Amino acid sequence: MLTTTSAPDHDLVAGLDTPLHVLREDGTRRPDATLDPLLADVDRELLTSLYLDMAVVRAIDEEAVALQRQGELGLWPPLRGQEAAQIGLGRALPETDFLFTSYRENALAWCRGVGPAEMLSVWRGTTLSGWGPFAHHMATPQVIIGAQTHHAVGYAMATQAQGKDDLAVACFGDGALSQGDTNEAMVFAASFQAPVLFFCQNNHYAISEPVDVQATVPIALRPTGFGIPSLRVDGNDVLAVRAASLLAAQHIRAGKGPMFIEAVTYRLGPHTTSDDPTRYREEKELEHWRRRCPLGRLERHLEQLGAPVGELRTEAEQRSQEATTAMQEAVAALPSPAPESMFENVLSTEHPGLLRQREQFRAFTDSLAPEQTEGSSA
Amino acid sequence: MSTTMTMAAALNAALRDSLEASEDVVLIGEDIGTLGGVFRITDGLKERFGASRVIDSPLAESGIIGASVGMAYRGMRPVSEIQFDGFVYPGFDQIVAQVARLHYRTSGAVRMPLTIRIPFGGGIGAVEHHSESPEAYFAHTPGLRVVTVADPQDAYSTMRAAIECDDPVMVLEPKRRYWSKGEVDTSVTADLSSARVLREGRDATLVAYGPLVVTALEAAVAAEDDGIDLEVIDLRSLSPLDRDTVAASVRRTGHLVVAHEAPGNVSLSSEVITSVVEDCFAHLEAAPERVTGFDIPYPPGVLEDHYLPGIDRILDAVDRTLGRRNSREAA
Repeated sequence: MLTTTSAPDHDLVAGLDTPLHVLREDGTRRPDATLDPLLADVDRELLTSLYLDMAVVRAIDEEAVALQRQGELGLWPPLRGQEAAQIGLGRALPETDFLFTSYRENALAWCRGVGPAEMLSVWRGTTLSGWGPFAHHMATPQVIIGAQTHHAVGYAMATQAQGKDDLAVACFGDGALSQGDTNEAMVFAASFQAPVLFFCQNNHYAISEPVDVQATVPIALRPTGFGIPSLRVDGNDVLAVRAASLLAAQHIRAGKGPMFIEAVTYRLGPHTTSDDPTRYREEKELEHWRRRCPLGRLERHLEQLGAPVGELRTEAEQRSQEATTAMQEAVAALPSPAPESMFENVLSTEHPGLLRQREQFRAFTDSLAPEQTEGSSA
Repeated sequence: MSTTMTMAAALNAALRDSLEASEDVVLIGEDIGTLGGVFRITDGLKERFGASRVIDSPLAESGIIGASVGMAYRGMRPVSEIQFDGFVYPGFDQIVAQVARLHYRTSGAVRMPLTIRIPFGGGIGAVEHHSESPEAYFAHTPGLRVVTVADPQDAYSTMRAAIECDDPVMVLEPKRRYWSKGEVDTSVTADLSSARVLREGRDATLVAYGPLVVTALEAAVAAEDDGIDLEVIDLRSLSPLDRDTVAASVRRTGHLVVAHEAPGNVSLSSEVITSVVEDCFAHLEAAPERVTGFDIPYPPGVLEDHYLPGIDRILDAVDRTLGRRNSREAA
């Protein structure tokens, strides 16, 4: 067990006045007593790979938006602006820790090796779950706000009962703070000291509603009322998020119970490709957050370290090109499932009522004239 | 080896034997540990299996079900108790939007072998929210099995089968029958999907489930005095519905009466009658009848005897479908 933890004591919040960060906006490093012990392994190679990950997931996200605009996807929830929060977490945890996320955590899915077809099929509407949860240690993304927080806690309770030291992680946004489920999940986690990490990406908006409709005090204060220590961290500083996640994971793995991270970040795009953020927020605010772009900050830092940033950009573009080409090909190749497959997997075994409905469906489709089923204009 | 015991004791034995049979089985709910449950169904189980397998949970129904979902993700077989029927609604989202569809949503990758136990129905003179029949909400939801139990043997065998089943199963326990006694043979197994023909009869098919199974059997005995021979079917599984057993019976008797405590509007009786009309309309010799709770919220305790279908209301409906003199001829 790691012993370098400097996790805050019970009830303590770190980063309440200013979110914990180690990279200033100009890219210079600053000391941080809480996070520094977790940064010992940071070298240029790691920084480079974090940069490349963020650049590629940004490209993936932009490509998905483009595919939606072309009519290839029904919907897409952009994560632009939140790359550091997701990559920082995703790169801190071993792949055996199980993630329970909402629908916006596609950068985490990327970290878990989810392929383009798996990532896009839900949004294309060919399946309800793009990937096998156990293949990637990441549950089927949750649409109902906050519902997955319970699942993470239950998973963690089972982990604890089995005497294993892997964690469950519940990812959610600031909107989920208002849901009973999220609050109940914290009660359960605290009561049973479940090995679960609550990871809130405060991206400032629940669709159109600003975060102050969900919380009138900093979000990081909320878990302390449940007896869960929390870290408020700059979610646009990938190093800070990674360090905070490592710190929390150490704390939890040491048997000290759940922890909470509020990653203060900002959704630069719309909630989904269906909404119009110009109706609910000002350009001035956007401009403020654009200057805090997680990629630019890390790029400036790398530049100061003397890294060949031009080459890095070229490599990022090349990798992004590969990833987005793979997405285009995956979308084009995604098969529509056979209509009769909709009757499968309702229960673990077939039952007569559904067999009957499937037979009736088959008889009906067979009865249609060929020109109707083929949809030809003859 | 058969022993006489109450339904409460039979359920307790089923939970005990399930906990014994597999380390993966855990119980979770409010007051189920130290107190043994408000109806004592889990009495003594925490002492025997420990607080980590018989978990006294926070007072949060969504949390109880939602944590069970996470445990099932990890390969456990949680048995979650909702303390009373009227308290299930805060857990509704987790049941219908999570538990019921995770297997389907993941194309079979994630199994949800959860058992959700709910004491249900009236007849014990309880206060508001303690006597509801919420079964239709859940029977309406694909992916969820909803079963009822009716007597001690059935309670034991059905509970064991529910816990062993890889599907999520909601087990509705008729609380006014908890203290009725019967023989229990722990080697008897139950098939969750089948209705039970409890009594064969010639003149009409009487379908019931849960607390009204005993009432239906009593009505059949009383009907003998009038020379009426009733066939009594316990639906047991409300979803999926064993409509074949009901249709086979109606083909023989030509008459159908369905009885349950829940309001009749959009209810199990609606479904059973529709299925019979679809499957064997030509065998019906008269319109089917139903005897249900009224379309009102559950009334105050002193009025519940008027609300709950009893022997006389059931026999009145039998008279109607058989074309005999009945209460509706008065006008």
